[in-house]
Amino acid sequence: MTLMTKADVEPLRVAPDAIEEAAKLLYIRALKVLPDDIKAGFTRLDAGESDGTAKAILATMIENIGVAERTENLLCQDTGIPIFNVQIGRNVELDGWALKQAIRRGTERATKEHPLRSSVVHPITRKNEHTSCGAHVPVINLDFVEDDRLLRLEMIPKGSGSENGSFLQMLIPADGVAGVKRFVVDAAMKAGGKVCPPTIMGVGVGGTSDLCMHLAKVAATRPLGSRCPDPEGAKLEEALTEAVNSLGIGPQGLGGDSTTFAVHVEVAATHITMNPVAVNIQCHSARRASATFTPAGLAIGF
Amino acid sequence: MTHHVLPMPCTEAQIRALRIGDTVTLQDTLFGIRDATLIHMFDHGRRTRFDLNGHAVIHTAPNVRKVDKRSTNDSGYEAICVGTTTSDRMERFTRPLMEREGVRIIIGKGGLRQGSLDAFAELGGVYLAIIGGTAALETTWIQAIEDVDLDDLNPESLWRFRIRDFGPLLVAMDSHGGSLYADVQQKVQDRRAAALAKLGVA
Repeated sequence: MTLMTKADVEPLRVAPDAIEEAAKLLYIRALKVLPDDIKAGFTRLDAGESDGTAKAILATMIENIGVAERTENLLCQDTGIPIFNVQIGRNVELDGWALKQAIRRGTERATKEHPLRSSVVHPITRKNEHTSCGAHVPVINLDFVEDDRLLRLEMIPKGSGSENGSFLQMLIPADGVAGVKRFVVDAAMKAGGKVCPPTIMGVGVGGTSDLCMHLAKVAATRPLGSRCPDPEGAKLEEALTEAVNSLGIGPQGLGGDSTTFAVHVEVAATHITMNPVAVNIQCHSARRASATFTPAGLAIGF
Repeated sequence: MTHHVLPMPCTEAQIRALRIGDTVTLQDTLFGIRDATLIHMFDHGRRTRFDLNGHAVIHTAPNVRKVDKRSTNDSGYEAICVGTTTSDRMERFTRPLMEREGVRIIIGKGGLRQGSLDAFAELGGVYLAIIGGTAALETTWIQAIEDVDLDDLNPESLWRFRIRDFGPLLVAMDSHGGSLYADVQQKVQDRRAAALAKLGVA
């Protein structure tokens, strides 16, 4: 068997122990330090907010970001459902099974050693193992990317208040893009203050039902300032952001201009008979942390 | 818009004096409660040894650390991070909490519905909004976890916190039929058609 690596280039190898340590570190870091793009998003919303109550609420949220950093405490009590997005570049040699086990061990250790609230239970017995782990949790999404000798772990502790604001509808072609837009506006209204606005609203358009929902999650968890690579999707992002913020739901559903930092859209090709749309929402505590392994070493970021 | 400082427990008269838009700071005692706690108390018939009469409950499940029982943490737990969860899921427990346990204040985020508003008017209760997702700040208002009941439900146990200057919290639903959430929802509903029209949706 031939390994598909470049001639004369030593492939990137990352030991499971290093993955485990990174997974532990990322879970704790994500819960404590908000990414720079989200902080900038708060500054932008605050500058444009015209409602007094909304401004006071935004000020408290901004204050909390500082308190969390100064006291090295969690931004939010909700430790969420742990999600790990793993990007595997070219010329990387790893034992995939060992990688998954290492992520699980890191999650469990973060929970016990920090300690963190385990927010994960069996869906039928509701039993909490106090490990933040269970069947299929942590959620691990694996993808292969073009970058040479790179392994990237992105950790997202997905809060439940916003996750409960998830919606899917298998619209039909005759509903058109108008149906998609109406669905997103109505989803924002149904979610109201329950999803801890200001939010990032993730919208999946197209694909199969499960892919559509997954796209919505990808959209809800990508950095502010990023755009949908599809030009039609990008146009939708702009129009829907303006529409949702014109509703006046406001921070915490108590009124104001700042309902969403942005509506993000991801698209996938779909069937001639289908027009699926999904919404997944990220709360204002839009937490992420990442670890990137390259031959140069390990870089921790967002 | 008046600011009130309420030592816990409080009386019906103190609650009736609160109006939407007012702010409140609580002192002394606060109880933490949420989904599993309420399901076990009211669907599974379990009772708590705590006297909740005239008290405030917050929709929470904290991050805690086990410690040796000592004077400041008689519960055997130390608070790491205490925040707030979405109240809407607990809507149907407002009335039984008030009728059976005598609770007068519910603290949470996102608001409750008409059933709770009716219970507040009839029985003398109020909903205080805290800012969701600001748990690091909220934790600085918690002095200790004094006691814990129904701890087999951990982290969804019934917690008794000792608090100091817990707030300011916003009176978002009062005992006179006022709800900031209902007001905002009506305004949002009125704006829907214009938002859709701008999107080119008939």
